[in-house]
Amino acid sequence: MSIDMQQFNAVFFEEVSEHLTNMEALLLDIEVASPNLEDLNAIFRAAHSIKGGAGIFGFDDMTEVTHILETLLDKLRKEELTLTTEMIDAFLKAGDILGEQKTVHQDGGEAVDSERIKAVCTLLDRLSSEETPTPCSASEVDSGALQAEKNISFLVLKDEDVSHLLEELAKFGQLTSQSEDAEQFTKWQVVLSDCAVSDDEIIDNISFVAEPESIIINGISQVQDDSFGFFDEEPVAEDDQKEADFGFFNESSENESPSSDVEEKVEESFGFFEESPTPETKPENVAPVEEEGFGLFEDEEPPTAKVAAAKSTIKSKASKKVSATKTVNKRATSKTANTTETSIRVNTEKVDQLINQVGELVITQAMLMQISNELDPSEHDVLLNRLTQLERNTRDLQESVMSIRMMPISFVFGRFPRVVRDLSSKLNKKIELRMVGDETELDKGLVEQLADPLTHLIRNSIDHGIEMPEERLANGKPEVGTITLLAFYEGGNVVINITDDGAGLNREKILEKALERGLDVNDSMSDSEVYQLIFSAGFSTADKVTDVSGRGVGMDVVKRNIHGMGGQVDIHSEAGIGSTISIRLPLTLAILDGMSISVAGQIFIIPLTFISESLQPQVDDIKSISGKGTVVKVRGDYIPLLALHELFNIDTDIKQANDGILVLLESNNKKIALLVDQLEGQQQVVLKSLETNFHTVPCISGATIMGDGTVALILDVAGLVSASD
Amino acid sequence: MKDNENEAASSFIAEMSNSDDNGYLTFTLGLEEYGIDILTVQEIRGYDAVTTIANMPEFIKGVINLRGIIVPIVDMRIKFSLGDVTYDEMTVVIILNVANRVVGMVVDGVSDVISLNESQIKEAPEFGSALDTQYLKGLGVVDERMLILIDIENLMTSKEMALVEALVE
Repeated sequence: MSIDMQQFNAVFFEEVSEHLTNMEALLLDIEVASPNLEDLNAIFRAAHSIKGGAGIFGFDDMTEVTHILETLLDKLRKEELTLTTEMIDAFLKAGDILGEQKTVHQDGGEAVDSERIKAVCTLLDRLSSEETPTPCSASEVDSGALQAEKNISFLVLKDEDVSHLLEELAKFGQLTSQSEDAEQFTKWQVVLSDCAVSDDEIIDNISFVAEPESIIINGISQVQDDSFGFFDEEPVAEDDQKEADFGFFNESSENESPSSDVEEKVEESFGFFEESPTPETKPENVAPVEEEGFGLFEDEEPPTAKVAAAKSTIKSKASKKVSATKTVNKRATSKTANTTETSIRVNTEKVDQLINQVGELVITQAMLMQISNELDPSEHDVLLNRLTQLERNTRDLQESVMSIRMMPISFVFGRFPRVVRDLSSKLNKKIELRMVGDETELDKGLVEQLADPLTHLIRNSIDHGIEMPEERLANGKPEVGTITLLAFYEGGNVVINITDDGAGLNREKILEKALERGLDVNDSMSDSEVYQLIFSAGFSTADKVTDVSGRGVGMDVVKRNIHGMGGQVDIHSEAGIGSTISIRLPLTLAILDGMSISVAGQIFIIPLTFISESLQPQVDDIKSISGKGTVVKVRGDYIPLLALHELFNIDTDIKQANDGILVLLESNNKKIALLVDQLEGQQQVVLKSLETNFHTVPCISGATIMGDGTVALILDVAGLVSASD
Repeated sequence: MKDNENEAASSFIAEMSNSDDNGYLTFTLGLEEYGIDILTVQEIRGYDAVTTIANMPEFIKGVINLRGIIVPIVDMRIKFSLGDVTYDEMTVVIILNVANRVVGMVVDGVSDVISLNESQIKEAPEFGSALDTQYLKGLGVVDERMLILIDIENLMTSKEMALVEALVE
């Protein structure tokens, strides 16, 4: 009996994980001020399913937690209570506990701390017993409500004198103001604390000078029309919403891997928001928005292109983007709901097996082609035609099969809203996370391996990059820092940028630390060389070690991980403006465009992406430097020369550089010239791991199977470059 | 009473070992005859198209393509300085599946598959073989033949074979 149960338990655990992930995504996504009933219902259903399952399988501890969770959710969805940020926090905590309880049941181990469970249960209990009279709805926000702190933003014509206005406003309370120039207008942001007047009074005052429709108080546009995007960064709640947006996406893309037109739209809109600083209208991006711009996102709402005059001043491009994305996301989700049944759950091993077998087929096909080349075309024209057809078919088949393994990068990105939310509140920083292009697909293996390095980089950005809010304000930056995750295709690569608008890397500090650690540095090093130093093991410029980061373990691991995936890491940074860490990865681990070269008849493959050119050098161009090896002069540059036959101890007739071919390789901004006997040709190769049955070999990144069935080794260019040092 | 217990125990053990009478694939290296657990053997094939890998120990001949899988080939004759190291159409490679890895090993020749029960396996002496005793399961005696039984999984994942990652670096 118990054995039977085991089997069902496994299914239950899997379901619980799914429900929890789903719930978390929904929670992070939800609008605190105006929760979508659908979402609340979905969360309720998730909790209910967990409860039901836990009840059946006798996991009483989980039933208990979900029961309390459910009670509160039930009240929320019946609109007996109003959703608050506190509740969301409580839900998330409860979710974490459920996750832990699940793990305990699944893998054994120490039971979850009962104190914590109790704390969360009490919290949920308290929240559900609280009475909140006003059910929340978008239209019912009282614009005249008195608030202790008012966050006002408005626009004035550029040359307008606002000093008088500011004086007026100062009468209402403690005033801090800040302005930002746009094309025609100047945008003012004013924070009034200890303010005891109504919003209407403030508006009356401002209206003399500013564009009435541009006035926003606490994120609420004071003109109730369809214009959107007037909202300013509202401190806490909105943060959560923004950073949470993509959780939703995560879920939708999970079920909808063949990218629909909806996703394309998202991509379009991303491009648009990324590149265009000036306002534009694009129908599908514009959602009718009231109240913080987050209020209504009903799918049936007609897209409207109506954008008010004040839009040129929209400071918060991000918010605009978020709202736009959100609409699209919701559409994607509603679409997903109908298509879920069309996807099936398949063990990854089976997929991998399929890919391997297709790889085999491709090789066999290549062998056939090779043999057929020796046939007389006039005698065997039918056979040759069919073989060509076979080639096309296998290629198509291979592509389709490879695409099974492709996953949207949102699978990794999806976890970051939570990371940012938790960490920023821990560090008392205000951070908004933007995720762009998370529908970009890449190989499943890569997606999984990306999680750790990306998490690390994001934690770094939060801890070291983004400054404290006060510091940011003092430097004239918006209080809320932005971390942008951007993924896009470039050539045969996927590029992932992690950008923060924080303090940037401190060149002097890095150099200083490097000297302290006895690294070989000097002041004349280029910025990019200096920034590469932070990837050396044990390097940290953090003044104090926190439990978040600063121990100096990490960046070197990040770099190693990315290199292990065949990718590269680059850093761009400007002091005071921010930094971007750019990760460049091959689209897939499995296929590679390569140049085959030979040394004494043995074939090697060089990944094409690393080759800048190949040439036959003149004797005069080759110079040897005592103790430093040989260099070759290419258009005035001296490039270190590495002879493959020497490195690999292969006995070849071609020992002089001028007898063979030099292939110029570039990696990590360093160039080397690799001496080989000859170039054999360019081809796509299926990458096979040497590590599966063997181990890593210096300067070899893998192997592939050639058309004749033999194995050719793939050169690890990064390794070769460092071998030349 | 005690005797009874012992008897019961030993008959139980005998029964157990009878039930898992192990099959061994036997092969020769030089003058010695070796046996490995048949369950670790995936297949036996000829030696060809080995791609050499630079800067490896001499006994690691390189890698082959085994139906799409890259498989390293070690030459036990070189590793243990036994037998004549020649490569021709008679050269035999035993493809092993040990520790979730596929490895090929070159031997002088494959003889047969025999079945040994517990009583036929004697403890290995401290010396007398090219292999360290820690890789030996014991000596199998069948009629007049004496087989050196290798713990092949242990051997192939060992440091000295240099086939497994963690132990190489």
